[in-house]
Amino acid sequence: MTLGRYASRRVALGLVQVLVVLVAVFLLVEALPGDAAVALAGDNPDPARVAAIRASMGLDQSAVERFVGWLGGLVTGDLGTSLVSGRPVVDFIAGGLPTTLLLAGVTLLLLVPSSVLLGVFVARRAGRGVDRVVTAATIGLHAVPEFALAIVLVALFGVTLGWLPPTALGADPLADPLVLVLPVIVLLARPLCAITRLVRAAMIDALASDYVRHARRLGLSRSRVDYRHALPNALAPAVQQLARTTDWLLGGVIVVEAVFVIPGLGTALVDAVAGRDMPVVQGLAVLFGVTTVLVNLAADLLAFRLAPRAGTAA
Amino acid sequence: MSDPFPTLRRRGFLALAGGLALAGCASSPGQSAPRSGGRVRAAFAGGGAKEVLDPHMASLFVEAARSKALYDKLADFGDDLTPVPRLAEKWESNADATVWRVSLRQATFHDGRPVRAADVLSSYARILDPKRAFRAKASLAVIDLTASREVDDRTVEFVLTRPYVEFPNALATFSAYIIPESTEDFARPVGSGPFSFSSFTPGRSTVVKRYADYWDGAAKLDELEFVLANEESARVNALLAGQVEYAHDLSPVTARAHEAGGRVRILRSPNSGIQAFAMKVDRPPFDNRDLREAMFLLADRPQLVESVLSGSGQVANDLYGKGYRHYADDIPQRARDLDKARFLIKRAGADGLKVALNTSEAATGFVEAATVLADQARQAGITLDVTVGDKDTFWSDTLKNGSLSSFRSGAMPIESHLSQRLLSKSTTNVTKWARPEFDALYDKAVSTVDAGVRDSVYQEMQRTLHAEGGYLVWGFADWVVGTSPSVDGVGTAPANTLGWARFDRVWLR
Repeated sequence: MTLGRYASRRVALGLVQVLVVLVAVFLLVEALPGDAAVALAGDNPDPARVAAIRASMGLDQSAVERFVGWLGGLVTGDLGTSLVSGRPVVDFIAGGLPTTLLLAGVTLLLLVPSSVLLGVFVARRAGRGVDRVVTAATIGLHAVPEFALAIVLVALFGVTLGWLPPTALGADPLADPLVLVLPVIVLLARPLCAITRLVRAAMIDALASDYVRHARRLGLSRSRVDYRHALPNALAPAVQQLARTTDWLLGGVIVVEAVFVIPGLGTALVDAVAGRDMPVVQGLAVLFGVTTVLVNLAADLLAFRLAPRAGTAA
Repeated sequence: MSDPFPTLRRRGFLALAGGLALAGCASSPGQSAPRSGGRVRAAFAGGGAKEVLDPHMASLFVEAARSKALYDKLADFGDDLTPVPRLAEKWESNADATVWRVSLRQATFHDGRPVRAADVLSSYARILDPKRAFRAKASLAVIDLTASREVDDRTVEFVLTRPYVEFPNALATFSAYIIPESTEDFARPVGSGPFSFSSFTPGRSTVVKRYADYWDGAAKLDELEFVLANEESARVNALLAGQVEYAHDLSPVTARAHEAGGRVRILRSPNSGIQAFAMKVDRPPFDNRDLREAMFLLADRPQLVESVLSGSGQVANDLYGKGYRHYADDIPQRARDLDKARFLIKRAGADGLKVALNTSEAATGFVEAATVLADQARQAGITLDVTVGDKDTFWSDTLKNGSLSSFRSGAMPIESHLSQRLLSKSTTNVTKWARPEFDALYDKAVSTVDAGVRDSVYQEMQRTLHAEGGYLVWGFADWVVGTSPSVDGVGTAPANTLGWARFDRVWLR
């Protein structure tokens, strides 16, 4: 199968997947108790006021009518408007996307070279002291959840020592990049450990393979064999993991956004679900669904290119 | 011009302006002399990008604080929930309190236009629009808009549908802000408040700047920025690191942890949040008066305040609104009396009673308080089955179902509490307290012009509620705010009153 045909089949399948996600998200949020009117009315609400809010939001229509109406808008490129604020859903995405992209971009930019270099570095020294130390450290750090690491870093560097801003509250990350240091460290920690270990393991396998031994017998230099022949094969499994990480980062990592007050897509989603602002939830679900499909497709294509024999694209 | 003591009394009219001096709500020791300039950043919890600038749609604290910076109401509540004239300079009613004349101050909107009677009527008409669902609608519904009119540019005559001596409470009601006539676009809001609009990024920041011509004296700060952080820990961390100068809504635990450190200043507003349990008096088992009294007596209030509020609060006496106007202060404080509680339980035939206590995570401390009360009830021989329900539908669930539930409320005048929750026709009557003679007392109170007689009616109503009502009110929570040591002039009035989040009186050292 050619790459082009494969890609177009995957895109078509992706569209179906996104649609399924949308229906599932709609049904799940619909299944939550309460709706946008109840969420807006707050403590001790007057039932008559809840009914009036419901009517003014169009929530007195049936769920099917609302979903079909929203889907009809989506086909024409209209993501609808927020129930609560009346602002277009596109504004919510446009508000959170740059922040999330910046955070994800910086993290990936640091993650890819550092994890690959570290993985290769220890693979070439497999079994020695440095390998043991790095392996132990990556396993240990990987076991620390984001929120715990974030709280410790904030308490230490943000509050006690005062070296770095503990939150990004009210700051523009582009004007004040220091606010990104702690969140990026937190986002980097676990993926760095995971990918380093994947690269290390795959590299050790590759270094022990027949073709590497053959290349060595041909008298090629060690670094040429390692980096030109072994590494591309060793990267294939890491690419899949990197795709998952990218998808995770592009979805807005809610825990990190909440601790550091970074108003990205994750925060937008949490707020929308809490307010039962269905059009915003649905709009974000479209974005996240499309992102997941595209990132995984890109990863599969890349893995196919890196190691055609691996059969990932079959 | 600022005149907290408006001249009142005109023949044939009764003037009801609560002459309450508001200057200097808090004078903490070592306060500096007020000085102008600077910018304060204030961190609040927010609703994310869905927040709006339309002051009539305000419901979150940050929206209330921002509306207060940009807009004015005709009146607002003083520290004891007495209505204080704001854009209204004074108000007078006819003899039976059905027609009210409100004179407006000489005030201007941020675009220079004067605040006129037409703006007031148009703002109220917008809130009362039957097709919309603004929060202040219920309180203003007493106004007969078609009969009300502007007498001249600075005088409005409100005609009411019934006698209502407490009408100024309606003028001060939450989110009843005055906007320029026929405003529907709030992209760049124009109000008459102490700050004018600069910029707004939904879910992130709102910047406002000093309005030099503010009628109540220009603010000290050049600029004020509202920023949003939903996590309390993030608000505290930002305050500790100097990223903000004001952090709203801190937990008592945080307050204790940082109070002595000197890096932040902790300010507590007493009597801000009523903490209670609601017993439904229309159904078993709490339709039995003895059992309700037993519940009052088995509760160990100091223990509840200490464990649930971490000591940031006061013990309550089964009545709403300690420290507020008309509060029945002379009713003795109820103390725990397990023997009498056991006796009453026996007399009610409720020995070994098992009943569900409905609670949820809808408010901080609900589940904890329910658990503590269940322990205390067990010592008196009844079992409260703590049932944690869904937090999103908690309020509508407990309004209809069950017989015992967690309850809380913010500050409002005692009259509003009575009318919204304790009359036969009240729409949020959780305790199902519906008695024609009690309704009649309320009608009498709000149509009695003589303040002394009216107060005695309120006292009588509270005595009844204290003896046999459905609210077991155990505590009044402090509202806790943190500021940087460089900030002065932050008031400690109950949340949602005039002195709360009043940034026009704040300055930087």
